[in-house]
Amino acid sequence: MATALLVAKDFKPEVPPDWCPGCGDFGVLTGLFQACADLQIQPHDLLVVSGIGCSSNLPGFIRSYGVHSLHGRALPFATGSKLANQAMTVVVTGGDGDGYGIGLNHFIQAMRRNINVTYIVMDNETYGLTTGQASPTTETGMKTKTTPLGNLEGMLNPMALALASGCGYIARGFSGQPKHLVQLYKDAIQHPGFALIDVFSPCVTYNKHNTYSWFRERIYKLEDEGHDTGDFRTAMDKALEWGDRIPIGLFYQNPDAPPPLDALDPALTTGEPLVHQSYEIDGDTRRELIREFV
Amino acid sequence: MSQPEVIVGIGGAAGDGTASAGNTLVLSLARQGIPSYSYNSYQSVIRGGHSWLRIRFSAKKPLNHGDQVNALIALNQDSLDRHLQELQPGGVALYNGAKLAPSYDPPAGVQLCPLPVPDLAPDSKRLPVMQNTVAVGALTQLMGLDFASLGSVFETTFAKKPQVVQQNVDAARTAYDYASKNFQQLPARLQTTDQTWAQASGNHLFAMGAALAGCKFYVAYPMSPATHILEWFATHAQRLSICVRQVEDEISVVNMCIGANHMGVRAMCATSGGGFALMTEAIGMAGILETPAVIINVMRAGPSTGVPTKTEQADLNQALGASQGDFPRVVLAPTSMSDCFVTPSLAFDVADRFQLPVILLADLLMCEGSETVATEVLDVEFPIDRGELITKADGPPAGEPYLRYKDTPSGISPRAVPGLPGHLHVAASDEHDEDGVLLSDVYADPIRRKKMVDKRVRKMSTILEHLPVPVLEGPADAETTLLGWGSTWGVIKEAAERLNADGTSVNHLQVKTLLPLHVEEITAALGRGQRVIIIENNQSGQFAKHLRGETGIVADGHIRKYDGEPFEPKHIVAGVRDVIGGQQLVEVISTEPGFRTDHPTGTSGAWAGLKVERPGVPAKT
Repeated sequence: MATALLVAKDFKPEVPPDWCPGCGDFGVLTGLFQACADLQIQPHDLLVVSGIGCSSNLPGFIRSYGVHSLHGRALPFATGSKLANQAMTVVVTGGDGDGYGIGLNHFIQAMRRNINVTYIVMDNETYGLTTGQASPTTETGMKTKTTPLGNLEGMLNPMALALASGCGYIARGFSGQPKHLVQLYKDAIQHPGFALIDVFSPCVTYNKHNTYSWFRERIYKLEDEGHDTGDFRTAMDKALEWGDRIPIGLFYQNPDAPPPLDALDPALTTGEPLVHQSYEIDGDTRRELIREFV
Repeated sequence: MSQPEVIVGIGGAAGDGTASAGNTLVLSLARQGIPSYSYNSYQSVIRGGHSWLRIRFSAKKPLNHGDQVNALIALNQDSLDRHLQELQPGGVALYNGAKLAPSYDPPAGVQLCPLPVPDLAPDSKRLPVMQNTVAVGALTQLMGLDFASLGSVFETTFAKKPQVVQQNVDAARTAYDYASKNFQQLPARLQTTDQTWAQASGNHLFAMGAALAGCKFYVAYPMSPATHILEWFATHAQRLSICVRQVEDEISVVNMCIGANHMGVRAMCATSGGGFALMTEAIGMAGILETPAVIINVMRAGPSTGVPTKTEQADLNQALGASQGDFPRVVLAPTSMSDCFVTPSLAFDVADRFQLPVILLADLLMCEGSETVATEVLDVEFPIDRGELITKADGPPAGEPYLRYKDTPSGISPRAVPGLPGHLHVAASDEHDEDGVLLSDVYADPIRRKKMVDKRVRKMSTILEHLPVPVLEGPADAETTLLGWGSTWGVIKEAAERLNADGTSVNHLQVKTLLPLHVEEITAALGRGQRVIIIENNQSGQFAKHLRGETGIVADGHIRKYDGEPFEPKHIVAGVRDVIGGQQLVEVISTEPGFRTDHPTGTSGAWAGLKVERPGVPAKT
């Protein structure tokens, strides 16, 4: 097999995305092509798993192995897949409704579990595919189809939640700045453990509040202000920042990151993926198992 | 029935050690070649309450726990009061005479065996559980067995504590000698044999059977009565290199299981009805992704939390109807604990060959109960059939793109697992074309949508020949056929034998393959004009309705039980007689005094009713 260097277009499939023109998810996707090319990940060594929603259509728009699973269940599916074949690079993609709403429990547990997957959340603060209802990250007071008098509920803070849940790599990007995203993706994929990248990915059709210009007026890069990415408490301060100034970039990377679950599970410590291990149990072992019942 | 047998009942509060006393006895006899079957009726408390373990020892391997008691070990006053009146003539009641005394006269012919526990086991003041050892030692003598085997069990149980071994051996030996001097032995004599028996629960047999069938990934959330499967896997994970995970809920469980299967490993999960309900959406996903998956539902009494420590067969509808839409699936119900051992292998093979979810329906009776299994039955190498699985890295023929969901005559598409060069594809829970690209987002494509549904469902057309066919047992020309499914095989078989012995001609048919049904074979077996009686451990006759829907067969009578306790042979014998007598629906109930919360002490015989009749059931049309 030729070992030509991979370039971004090697990950571009024949099927074009069917997102609305101007959707933030385009920037998320092209950034991912570039990051995978830069890391020279072979398309057949990459598994992209999503849930359901506009952004969860992403596995269909990248040349790799892909799974378009159930609403909210991408992380458990991907966890099972990673444990079955830890040699694969596993990237999980989805939206804020998928990951922070219906799938929230799995999101927290996956961070606590520290499975070595990269989770990219295209956060548009709305439910797009169901045509514009309030999501867990919809700002308080915002009017949507289901909150005609303004959203009465509080806003979920994925950055602070990730910090509290033991996530070892926590970053936020903006799909209007795909080059910045590429670096975050690469660092996240190379981080040995669960990595979260929450990406502001504006919904041009249903969210007329959190628009490209709304984000551009507020965001600033943490790296431009000398943020200490290894300090948990500083990261928490930054995670709580919202309003006129909103930070993007790497919030926190655990300087003493423990090994991920897929390196700790007793069946996986040899490094040989489960799928390549023998599934036969020899006669002596079998008879030992039987003796336990005698 | 003619063979010698002893049914031992051990009653106590949770925490009294009924299970360990029973286990000691079972292992001791199993090592002498005497088989047994155990079932524990208990309640959902960690300490206190009442626990009633019945162990049936028999010369021939027993297939259910029977319906009487010959030897009672009462570990507290409540147990003595409840169960003394249930003893058969010739039976014995063993209890700590220093603490307990009968509240009423025992039935005629029953021998009271008070044991002076403080004298026989001086340590019992500090260690009350020594009274169990004393009782087991005494009962061993009353069963006419040698002491040696019992001693060997203590050596195994307390292998790491030699001092405890001696303590138990001494107490048991002293009690054994005391019994020989003071009490009469039981009339039944169980002969020792050379057969080696292993004692295992359905849960343990499921787990070991799955591991031997190549299961490399097991994931679960703790839920009674399926938790012991998780515990077995967790204990053996490192040694057998099986990835075993306990995760946040059954939704996560089943999605991880399918995710692991998708990558090419054999993965399994188990739960009970409530957890299974959470899994249902993903079962449909396995159907449309065409990912193999094996999912066990160990049924308990529902609905909702129901009676968590009681048995029932009422999740058939849930298994048949799990998830939205039409997709192929297989539902199998193992018919005995031993069958729990071989069924995972079958389930994995069928799941792999046909690329679909396989649901195994077991129940608390079978999975928390235990039976002895001849060790040679367990010492087998399961052949492993992965079906059309592409594992080699050579790509498809040049110029031909790989089609994960290729529309083939069998409906089965060669399955490449992620990681192989040349086979990139997306597996989508949305409707998709042969190449995996979504059809769901196109404006309309009725032809391709229908084609893909047909392709998947076509797999069912050839699957029946790979699944166990129900076979009539007993006289071929019997006037009545008893029809059951799943765990009731053993109890129906014994009831049929009793009925035949008493001149009522019956045979029986047990269905393991619930979906798809072997319609032709079942129709042929039931189509001789005989009376058909369906027996199931639920209220609404879920199997009867399924059978009627699939075959048009309407049974002549129904025997149902949904009181939380399993069928015993006498329930079925009485029910069959009632159906023959003209009653269409017989609902039976366990009414022995031991099962009643308002059990009276000092009376006997007043609670001997067997069944309640439900008025107002419409006659068959």
